[in-house]
Amino acid sequence: MRRRCLPVSFMVFVLVLLSFQPVSALQPDEVLDDPVLEARARELSAELRCMVCQNQSIDDSDAELARDLRVLVRDRLTAGDTDEEVIEYVVDRYGEFVLLKPRFNYRNALLWGAPFILLSFGGALIFANARHRNTGGGVAGLNAAEQEQLDRILNDRE
Amino acid sequence: MSIELGHFALVLSFALALVQMTVPIVGAKLRNDTLMRVGEPAALTNFMLVALSFTALTFAYVQSDFSVLNVWENSHSAKPLLYKITGTWGNHEGSMLLWVLILVFFGALVAVFGRNLPLSLRANVLGVQGAISCAFIIFILATSNPFARLDPAPMEGRDLNPILQDIGLAVHPPLLYLGYVGFSVAFSFAIAALIEGRLDAAWARWVRPWTLAAWIFLTGGIAMGSYWAYYELGWGGFWFWDPVENASLLPWLGGTALLHSALVMEKRSALKIWTVLLAILTFSLSLLGTFLVRSGVLTSVHAFATDPTRGVFILGILVLFIGGSLALFAWRAGTLTAGGLFQPISREGALVLNNLILTTATATVLIGTLYPLLIEAVTGDKISVGAPFFNLTFGPLILPLLVVVPFGPLLAWKRGDLWAVSQRLFLAFGGGLAVALLVFILVDRTSVLAALGTGLGVWLVLGALTDLVIKSGLGKVAPAVAFGRFKGLPRSVFGTALAHAGIGLTTIGIISVTTLETERITAMQPGETVEIHGYNLRFESLRPFTGPNYTEDQARFVLTRVTGKAMGEVMSAKRFYTARQMPTTEAGIRTIGLSQLYVSLGDQTPNGKIVVRIWWKPMVTLIWLGSLIMMIGGTVSLLDRRLRVGAPMPRGKAAAQGARA
Repeated sequence: MRRRCLPVSFMVFVLVLLSFQPVSALQPDEVLDDPVLEARARELSAELRCMVCQNQSIDDSDAELARDLRVLVRDRLTAGDTDEEVIEYVVDRYGEFVLLKPRFNYRNALLWGAPFILLSFGGALIFANARHRNTGGGVAGLNAAEQEQLDRILNDRE
Repeated sequence: MSIELGHFALVLSFALALVQMTVPIVGAKLRNDTLMRVGEPAALTNFMLVALSFTALTFAYVQSDFSVLNVWENSHSAKPLLYKITGTWGNHEGSMLLWVLILVFFGALVAVFGRNLPLSLRANVLGVQGAISCAFIIFILATSNPFARLDPAPMEGRDLNPILQDIGLAVHPPLLYLGYVGFSVAFSFAIAALIEGRLDAAWARWVRPWTLAAWIFLTGGIAMGSYWAYYELGWGGFWFWDPVENASLLPWLGGTALLHSALVMEKRSALKIWTVLLAILTFSLSLLGTFLVRSGVLTSVHAFATDPTRGVFILGILVLFIGGSLALFAWRAGTLTAGGLFQPISREGALVLNNLILTTATATVLIGTLYPLLIEAVTGDKISVGAPFFNLTFGPLILPLLVVVPFGPLLAWKRGDLWAVSQRLFLAFGGGLAVALLVFILVDRTSVLAALGTGLGVWLVLGALTDLVIKSGLGKVAPAVAFGRFKGLPRSVFGTALAHAGIGLTTIGIISVTTLETERITAMQPGETVEIHGYNLRFESLRPFTGPNYTEDQARFVLTRVTGKAMGEVMSAKRFYTARQMPTTEAGIRTIGLSQLYVSLGDQTPNGKIVVRIWWKPMVTLIWLGSLIMMIGGTVSLLDRRLRVGAPMPRGKAAAQGARA
């Protein structure tokens, strides 16, 4: 793909627009005859990155390399590979960079674990804080003297 | 000449920003009224200077003054006037100047609308605003000067990137920046509160309208940008989980959390410290977004290392402001007293849950965006974190939050009754369930997500309506009384209901288009017909057309229902911009009800046909209509009388309103 380094600006979608060339991704002649295989191919394509694009899946990209990969995925599927085997095949050749969905492994533990860790940590913090307030720093009932004072004030008002 | 004037005005505004940054804060420390009052005229003058500077640049664009490097790089004399003007911010230098313009604009707004603020608070807020402007003006002057000249001046410019030659560029960046930069006011208030060591419910009441305004703009900016990408890119994607998009989503999530926690602080004096922290974090996320996008670090750590000037500069600003404010927070937060108590099941409790989930979601998106950089920096491996990751993590976090949204506004403060609220929401729940079942049975029996998602959206909309019904007492009291109460409800109640209904509509839009979309990809020649979702699309003709700075092939399609009813024409084109030798796709979009038919042209095939891609996008317009309703909700809430305490008001009118209250 004729990908240029443009003086990109800060605006979010401007950048998105600049980084994605107007696409004419999947070509009619690539589509497999078997709709089940084709559906699997589309799903796999959405998880594989177009190596020369910025954050675009091969399903969305019209780069030459993306086309080659789409055809490769379909060839492997037609040859009878399972989804995992296809992914394995592609990763063997192009590295993990090609996976838009990072693998579950130790290196990515922090990434995948973050939502759970943060949610439970935050929840625990809130819980501890609430307990602390309710027992330690919370409102104690009025003692006898205070109650008497309150009654006096209330009676005075009447 | 005028371009030098603009340059000079910017230098002058830098000097003035230095004054605005120091004098009022010192004045507040010394309790010197005269010094504190310097902030106001400084902020106003600063705005005028940057506005002058920006006008000078815009003028050079309108005139097509190619002796200015920036204009030559990004403009063309044959470009329509609108795109000459919007081209001013369609590049790095100009967009940074727009950023600063909006920053000083907010400073001026605080100066004008902040007359009711305590003098020292106003002085400190304006001082912090001055510090931020200082940092960014010097960034522009030192690394991104848009006023550089070119000698000899070329005859013709290199034109603006064709994709940017769209009305979207006129609307999206200004809105987005108003959002991003608007959070600087909440940040400045937070820092001012930390400096003063004073934080009360009135503070939250002052902060809330500013946060709300920024949130409205950011919502609009993101939605507008999403629609722009949708129609411009030629395949109808509306959100890509691209790092730069995430950079805008992060402050939005943070800002949404801040709006809700400020509410607790205003009403119940609770969550004070947390609210201050959120105000700092939200603007920090705006700054982080600026760094990520401006430095080029996102494409690769190595790209950042090869041209690090701008990146390092912004990183410096980032470290200074985020580090400084967090240090100040750590040092001073202890002086702020904790506030009101509440039971877990209460309005406060619901808002705490909202904050917990929103901040976790924010952190998840942040980690997902930065993780490839981290891995590359630490191990040298390159990995990708893309849409499948975010869908798998962000989705399961946000969907449960959406499920509990309708409970929040119905719960009482301090101690709520969950069972009573559930009973009141029974009808809304029934409505959502019914729609989910209908979608499952009538529309698509294979997609449980489509059914549940649509049901969830309906539940949110009905839940929001239930809140209004319950609060006006409809069905409990006579209709006339209920109507009177309905009219008398605080505007913020309507604001909440609208915003929550809006998120419901957006949910329906996103879910239905991702799960129920249909697609046809085929090679066609004139005369051929394709059937999609009960419509026939006949390819009529393909003919060339010449625009002011482009040529295009226009394809005309005739749309009819399968039953034969004529639905008019759809035009779709492939355009070619001559100056930059770049093609773009001009998709043909026909809105039918809330759904859209999307037609886009591909390449010629060897046998003389043309590849045509057609999508049926069910309910897709709800994504943006929902956002619009969220914005309307925010605006209605902003007009609430109680939020306007900071606004100047004639004495007699204020007294009258006070008496009524």
